[in-house]
Amino acid sequence: METKRQPVIWLQGAGCTGCSISIMNSVSPSIKNLLLDEVVPGSFLQLVFHPTLMAATGEASIEVMLDTREKEEGRYILVMEGGIPTARGGIFATVGEKNKEPVTVLSRFVSLARGSLAIIALGDCATFGGIPAARPNPTGCKGAKDVVEEEKIDVPIINVPGCPPHPDWFVGTVAHILLYGLMSSDDLDELNRPKIFYGQLIHENCPRRPYFDEGKFARKLGEEGCLYELGCKGPFTYADCPLRHWNGGVNWVIGAGSPCLGCTEPSFPDITGPFYKKISHWEKLKPSLK
Amino acid sequence: MEKVIIDPVTRIEGHLKVEVTLDQGIVKEARTSGTLFRGFEIILKGRDPRDASQITQRVCGVCPIAHATASVFALDQAFGLEEKIPSNARIIRNLILGSNFLQSNILHFYHLAALDFVDLNRLARYQGEDARVRALKEFLAGGNSSPFFPRYEGDYRLDDRANEELASHYLLALEVRRKTHEMLAIFGGKMPHNVGMVAGGVTEKPTVDKISAFLWRVNEIREFIDNVYFSDVMRIAEKYGDYLEMGASGYRFLSYGAFNLNRHPIDQTKRSRLYPQGLADVALKLADLEPERITEQVKNSWYEDEITNRHPSRGDTVPSENKSGGYSWIKAPRYDGEPCEVGPLARLAVGYSLSQPPVRDLVEKSLSGMKLKFPNLLSCLGRHLARALDTKLVADAMAEWVLQLKPGEPIYVAYELPEEAEGMGLTEAPRGSVGHWIRIKRGVIDNYQLVVPTTWNASPRDDSNQPGPIEKALTGIKVRDSRNPLEVVRIIRSFDPCLACAVHFVTPKGRELEWFRIS
Repeated sequence: METKRQPVIWLQGAGCTGCSISIMNSVSPSIKNLLLDEVVPGSFLQLVFHPTLMAATGEASIEVMLDTREKEEGRYILVMEGGIPTARGGIFATVGEKNKEPVTVLSRFVSLARGSLAIIALGDCATFGGIPAARPNPTGCKGAKDVVEEEKIDVPIINVPGCPPHPDWFVGTVAHILLYGLMSSDDLDELNRPKIFYGQLIHENCPRRPYFDEGKFARKLGEEGCLYELGCKGPFTYADCPLRHWNGGVNWVIGAGSPCLGCTEPSFPDITGPFYKKISHWEKLKPSLK
Repeated sequence: MEKVIIDPVTRIEGHLKVEVTLDQGIVKEARTSGTLFRGFEIILKGRDPRDASQITQRVCGVCPIAHATASVFALDQAFGLEEKIPSNARIIRNLILGSNFLQSNILHFYHLAALDFVDLNRLARYQGEDARVRALKEFLAGGNSSPFFPRYEGDYRLDDRANEELASHYLLALEVRRKTHEMLAIFGGKMPHNVGMVAGGVTEKPTVDKISAFLWRVNEIREFIDNVYFSDVMRIAEKYGDYLEMGASGYRFLSYGAFNLNRHPIDQTKRSRLYPQGLADVALKLADLEPERITEQVKNSWYEDEITNRHPSRGDTVPSENKSGGYSWIKAPRYDGEPCEVGPLARLAVGYSLSQPPVRDLVEKSLSGMKLKFPNLLSCLGRHLARALDTKLVADAMAEWVLQLKPGEPIYVAYELPEEAEGMGLTEAPRGSVGHWIRIKRGVIDNYQLVVPTTWNASPRDDSNQPGPIEKALTGIKVRDSRNPLEVVRIIRSFDPCLACAVHFVTPKGRELEWFRIS
């Protein structure tokens, strides 16, 4: 069978590398499979540029990026991890130099986005701005979709939020592209999130839901009962954590007795916080309790 | 004179640029700068204090737990809870932090540092049966190269067998590293960015199934540390012996101490910990830790000189990006005006100098087994060896701690949020000392300051022009090929820099933001 290599450029902006680390927690396929093996029959990923994993350093690493931009135009997937600082021309995040001047992540992103097959905005910072864009957003940080729209870049973008995102959400999105092609608007919600992973509220599938329905609420952390009174944002957070569980299935946020922080929503962290305080501002949270 | 610029330094956490000036191949001067700013302190201002442990974790996805730990310590102190934290909570916090140590150290050695020493090109000749080596060989033979090539070319010195085994263990360690996170999530809920650790204790109850699941995993990882990790570092040390002689910073070692063994003494600088607090110089002369002696200097950083030399709790951040002589957004933290090196080597140096039993015994036993003396650890490869010992010390302790958990006993203590309070949290991240300082006014965060490991290690020159530890460690080394400056990146990576952590203190200059200036 003809094997296909799918080039991937993984750009990091204003982030913490936590999304990369989370993807390395993937179980099936493992990160070894993602790096070396056919991710789906007949298709390898070719991780051309990834600052945390790549052997190349300095200029050589930038050359590989630029070379792929040129030779694989229209064929590579751009994974954006971290937000894109835009204040003052984007000087708050730079990567590499050109003519002895630092090059901003903003300009790298715009150029790489224009030449890509599709963009996967991975994690909260890259999708909605996340923590660095939190009030007062000191660096004018934006998510990839905002920049794509402002720059009128005509490339499909898929948002895979979460702080960090679950590895299955990323792997599933990539597998969809390799097996069936790009996701259509039917596959995505109004925030460009794949419905397969973000189609239901945490609250709908929460094992503590019966406590909520009975009105049995935990009054302090560590108690049995629904965590709603302690600040749980499950009632308006779309993600499949209660069914999928995290880190090889050993646990998940509410499973460990913590309120959900709402980290797959654009309102994280400014409106989903205070994290340990009962929701008192439903109007801002687009309530969708069924 | 020749100037070599490495930007970006990959295989570290975050955005780092390094500039070295060579005179006939010898580094005359080195300058490190961070190239990303997010402004965490500004973002924290005005928020619910309890959110700090979640927000500050997001400083770094590799070592979030160190920030969570420093933050809950600072909150416990501000809320008056330090004497009330249940012992189950103390232990679970240690287990969560310990798991993060194992993850970070294993990731660092195999996935960030090893490719500077291991030559994957030589796998082409491999004829053996190791499935992992075969997979890599076939991958490379099939015309694939990224992310393993290109790379700096130069002196890759391992023989075929060592190369093959290290390559195999690169892939094995990916799995082991993943398991450290699974272990962490048993009590932390998820990882990166755990939810289990909160002000007042933890959220997850210890039950026998979780205890045994944790124990089983930590023991599997201990086996890897003892039988694979440690001997892999030794194999590199055998062939790269000169790296046991180069790359020392020569500065004092600083450790805030980590892993509470008790809730007493109440003073964190004296608290009973697996790793003790203190400073040790290269002759292992000791000094007590007195955090009030820490200041941050900015003569060579892009900040106004008027804020220089202040204690972090009174720190300010007034940028001056066009300042003459400025070359980094990282401030220069100093202890009694001196640079300090932090990290696993510093923790071991302080514990060893204090003759703290587990640290002293492990260091003595290992050094005699390797036929090395303590001064050999003051080097590039010494940092890798120290990191392996650090991993073992913590993992072994975790296997004991998990059995001290008592199902059914408390994990959390409830509290009232104070209107006004202050707190300090001191602990260690895998890559060195982390301190958080919080001030609460009107029930919200009024000021929050972090001083983190890489701010110490990657600091620029200070007010007296003393270079930071990485800059000092690079000065005087010989670079054989300026187009492939392997010596430089090997030494930089031995510090395990985490740049996302190092640069957080920036208030962008600009009228629209002036009112957020932290005073």
